[in-house]
Amino acid sequence: MAKLQVNLKVNGDEHDLLIEPRKTLLAVLRDTIGLTGTKEGCSTGDCGACTVIVDGKAVTSCMVLGVTASGKEITTIEGLASDGELHPVQQAFIDTGGYQCGFCTPGFIMASKVLLDEDPNRSEEEFRHALGGNICRCTGYTKILEAVLKAAEEVRTTA
Amino acid sequence: MKNFEFFEPTTLAEASRLFAQEHTLLLAGGTDIVIGMKALTETPQSVISLQKIPGLAGITTESDGSISVGAMAKVREVELSADIQQHHTALAEGAAEIGSIQIRNLATIGGNIAHASPAADTVAGLLVADAQVDIASADGERSVPIDELFTGPGQTVLAPGEIITRFRLPAPASGSHYIKHKIREVMDLAFIGVAASVSLDNGVITNARIGLAAVAPTPIRATEAENLLNGNELTPELLAQAGEAAAAGASPISDLRCSAEHRSEMVDVLTRRTVQTAVDRA
Repeated sequence: MAKLQVNLKVNGDEHDLLIEPRKTLLAVLRDTIGLTGTKEGCSTGDCGACTVIVDGKAVTSCMVLGVTASGKEITTIEGLASDGELHPVQQAFIDTGGYQCGFCTPGFIMASKVLLDEDPNRSEEEFRHALGGNICRCTGYTKILEAVLKAAEEVRTTA
Repeated sequence: MKNFEFFEPTTLAEASRLFAQEHTLLLAGGTDIVIGMKALTETPQSVISLQKIPGLAGITTESDGSISVGAMAKVREVELSADIQQHHTALAEGAAEIGSIQIRNLATIGGNIAHASPAADTVAGLLVADAQVDIASADGERSVPIDELFTGPGQTVLAPGEIITRFRLPAPASGSHYIKHKIREVMDLAFIGVAASVSLDNGVITNARIGLAAVAPTPIRATEAENLLNGNELTPELLAQAGEAAAAGASPISDLRCSAEHRSEMVDVLTRRTVQTAVDRA
């Protein structure tokens, strides 16, 4: 089967690539472009480890064919900090210890980032529900929620 | 995942001609078929994306109060649409029950329906909205009522090459509600799903509609229960009769998730709850 020409805009950089149609966006990001911050957990959309932001929306990149992401703006965990300055949600995960093994952390951070962009005034219960598509096997979620709430406060006060 | 040829047609006619061939799959949001292709339960020779065809997305409200939901509208858009939340609450509530936000940002309402799972979370809401399903092919267009779309698990009346383009929701009833019976708060499949919608005329129920998911080979309406409700004021006795009638009209199976007996019992319980809430909201 023929490879197809795609243009991916990832973290502000343009990548002109030839990819097989069967390659998921996750595989293209990790294996073709070499951005391995985005993780592959279940590969069936259940765990959220592969969450990236496409045109402002959080999506599970394991369910997206790379060819369909051509021309879209993609942000991965590598693109969140700007000028060496961590995004508030990244800093909050460090400050609260919102991770243990760290495998789920990029997915949680990218999903949380969009939630904070949309509405930093969500209640703890609403954040908890909205992050239901991200699974962590280490923390028991308490420190993750603390991190997200801390980042929400930061975003509210600096907005 | 096996490899396949990938097509991105820009017209429905072209998409329909490609999709009329054997061993083809349509790509809408991809949340079902990409997973199916990874599991090798789907091994198409061609995948035909609908994403470059104009006019299939979007939710618009017409001057007569009817709402048109494009088949490529994301489930998350259906969930968050102010007009759908207000006028077809059961549909917005059903959309909000699907997967996670990440999945709802990808999945489309057309895909949720065309996949024809009896447990689809948007289907009960579409049933009680009395939705019309617009279908296009290279030969023309037709429209079928949602309750005539499904013929079995994963099966519909869609012929090879036919593509769902939109759902038209007529001017709504005044109150509706959907309950998904499940274990997990999110990322779960429905044991059963029940939606109810009613209008009230001086306290008398009119246009009662009850939609049931995952209790029969296809999503169904509980017409016996609807007939009991129509023309009457809601009383505890009537509510109990409607719940029993809905359960009697269901033919659930036992599977890994729960037993047929539990499903039948919960059709009764959730019919009473959804009808009561629909009346309260009307």
